[in-house]
Amino acid sequence: MKKTLVSFHNFSYKYNSQESPTLTDINLEIHAGEKLLIAGPSGSGKSTLGYCINGLIPNAFKGEISGSIRVAGADTRTMSLFDLSKIVGTVLQDTDAQFIGLTVGEDIAFSLENDGVALPEMKKRVHLAAARVGMEAFVDQSPHELSGGQKQRVSMAGVLVDPVNILLFDEPLANLDPAAGRQTMQLIDRIQRESGLTVVIIEHRLEEVLEVSPDRIVVLADGRIVADAEPDELLSTDVLLRNGIREPLYLSALKRAGVDVVPDLHPSDLGLLKIDLVREPLKRWFDQNVPSVKASQGKTILALDHVSFHYTTGTEVLRDVSISVRRGERVAIVGKNGAGKSTLTKLICGLEHPRSGTLAFYGRNMEEWTIKERSAHIGLVMQDPNQMISQQMIFDEVALGLRIRGTDPDEMRSRVYETLKICGLYPFRNWPVSALSFGQKKRVTIASILVLRPEIIILDEPTAGQDYRHYTEIMNFLDQLNGRGMTVIMITHDMHLMLEYTDRAIVMADGLKIADELPARLLSDQEMAAQASLRTTSLFRLAGRAGFPDPAAFVEHFILSEKEERSHHENADANLY
Amino acid sequence: MKMRMLTFIDRPTPIHKMTGASKLICFLLWSIIGMSTYDTWVLIFMLVTGLAVFAVSRIKFQEISFVLIFILIFLLLNDLAIYGFSPEQGVQIYGTRHVILRLPGSYSLTLEQLFYELNISLKYFSMIPFALLFIVTTQPSEFAASLNKIGVSYRISYAVAITLRYIPDIQRDYQEIAQAQQARGIDLSKKARIGIRIKNAAAIVLPLIFSSLGRIETISNGMELRGFGKKKMRTWYSARTFAKRDYLGIAFSAAVLVLSLTIMLVRGSRYYNPFQ
Repeated sequence: MKKTLVSFHNFSYKYNSQESPTLTDINLEIHAGEKLLIAGPSGSGKSTLGYCINGLIPNAFKGEISGSIRVAGADTRTMSLFDLSKIVGTVLQDTDAQFIGLTVGEDIAFSLENDGVALPEMKKRVHLAAARVGMEAFVDQSPHELSGGQKQRVSMAGVLVDPVNILLFDEPLANLDPAAGRQTMQLIDRIQRESGLTVVIIEHRLEEVLEVSPDRIVVLADGRIVADAEPDELLSTDVLLRNGIREPLYLSALKRAGVDVVPDLHPSDLGLLKIDLVREPLKRWFDQNVPSVKASQGKTILALDHVSFHYTTGTEVLRDVSISVRRGERVAIVGKNGAGKSTLTKLICGLEHPRSGTLAFYGRNMEEWTIKERSAHIGLVMQDPNQMISQQMIFDEVALGLRIRGTDPDEMRSRVYETLKICGLYPFRNWPVSALSFGQKKRVTIASILVLRPEIIILDEPTAGQDYRHYTEIMNFLDQLNGRGMTVIMITHDMHLMLEYTDRAIVMADGLKIADELPARLLSDQEMAAQASLRTTSLFRLAGRAGFPDPAAFVEHFILSEKEERSHHENADANLY
Repeated sequence: MKMRMLTFIDRPTPIHKMTGASKLICFLLWSIIGMSTYDTWVLIFMLVTGLAVFAVSRIKFQEISFVLIFILIFLLLNDLAIYGFSPEQGVQIYGTRHVILRLPGSYSLTLEQLFYELNISLKYFSMIPFALLFIVTTQPSEFAASLNKIGVSYRISYAVAITLRYIPDIQRDYQEIAQAQQARGIDLSKKARIGIRIKNAAAIVLPLIFSSLGRIETISNGMELRGFGKKKMRTWYSARTFAKRDYLGIAFSAAVLVLSLTIMLVRGSRYYNPFQ
């Protein structure tokens, strides 16, 4: 029997600021040396559960507690946050905000500084910790010289300088591109194996976390534990789907092929999956015909012709980029951070001007157009809705753009109502924005752009920070708009999004356009995927293991059948209204 | 970002290499001199030294121009206010009265008043280079360490440092929010009328406040989780031991202070009087 490190006993918690409890009746034991994944949709209370383990509850957030939590044998209510921080090391979601020091070394040293450790010993321990996460060459770098993945490593080292027993990760994948996310998972796995630490990962992106082969998965929904099982067992149930968590893509493919997923198949690890048992059904399914989708034949709505750009100082951010987008197309722009993706949108919206080359809208050169003039045709939705929302009431927020343009009040009202209806926000029209969830806020920002009736909508990471349910909602909604002829351009790291909801992917790397392809093709090309800091999907690997000669065709087959399935659902939904 | 204000600018110069603590001590010494004396020669000497040190630090003028212009405007206002409230101050101090321009009431412009206000301005100018240099050549965390070293509580020191640390982040937020609002058609350019522009600026300030508040909460949680505030004392990773140049700098500053005080004692006045 392994030693129990953390135990929740009939634990419930209610924030003082909230009406109903966030966690209800939690009974959970975490054993020494275990790798535990806590999954759940947004608002399920999974972050709160993390706060209970690291002591932010009850120390920083006030609320009502019943039941008890013991960490390393002691009740957390009798322990200070500092005592607990020596046992539980937390790596927060927002690596930018967690990066307190001005250099890597200083940030790693932060907790040692607070402990009053003398300088020579501090330096020694900082170097050791940096080496454990492979950052020893970066000790004197400042945070803005690092990538998101590197910042996360520094956060990890900052926790590992102390002899902690538990490493707690709060959504470690949230701000990382797929390649960096994978590296993070591998690093966590390595550190765990070397040190035997207990690792708790809170995350809703299940497929990526499976890479560290967790010992156990706990699923939370509405503040209760709805499943607590080994991965193989859990994946053989429908708990994930019922609770709005996305199952691994290869698993969806197996199910689609009619395979009965049982623990004996080893569904949690694609490398161990008993492929011989599923090859036949997969093949049969692959051979079925699915209707293919026609590519958009619309007129060219947006054309970038040999566009180059650089800021007043420094190197070229965009080099000789030519892109054309047809009306009604859905285009993904992908690539590493700093590859020039956001600069591209800034140029399109007129926030920056190209040094050379032209941008045209329906063949008309946009050079002389002001930002405001462009905004009538091209709408931009930023990643973080909190950076866009400036009004307190939902109606006012959506109406803002029209009000500025001096639209007639009656027309304004009818247009705002119409948009709110399309966005499913009409019932909330007189609510304050602050009462909405993150996903709903995102919709408000989309509505505030749609109301201006742009012909192109550009979205920066439309699904970042959203769980699968909200993700599906937002994307289906965008798909409907697309069905009405709206051209959609999305900047994203999300491979699923690109695969399922776009017709074409443009890959940027170091300011150059390096590919312009069908998404499924792109993700089947290992080299290209690596350059774009994406990774090939698990579908591709599944096809490889099953020995199919054309894995890309298999991926496309899956996407098409997903799309067909979705359109069935949409029709069913439409019939409801 | 074009307008970066008062953030650390890293260059390999002797000024940057001095420890934060010694720079702070030097700055305090120069401030005492600047505040205590009105001696034109001493002030000119300080100004020249300040400019020389500035040149050594290789900080470019345009990197601090915004703040400098801000200070100059206040200085001008200050000079006008002194003239407005006590136009005879110079005459009182220097004991003579050379009128240049006859104006109603007591507002006649005198050479003494001009000279007095020149001295006031010189006082500012003699201290500005050191104040700015201390801020832009000291890494924020070393800045905090040095405040802590001269006896300021480390919580307060760190609060100062972290403010400086996150100024660039908040400036970036501002930029992004401004662009998002402009892309919605909110005109922030000079084309819009000033009234409308002020109203439109509110569309940026509100999201900026919320995003900053969110950031503050995350940072303070992160800091507490790593034991900030646990003990009465803390050590500093960026702390450095004094080198020769630190002692030299402090010794030089102290010597100027002694010299200035001696001049005051010998003359029996804080003012240099060219009128007698």
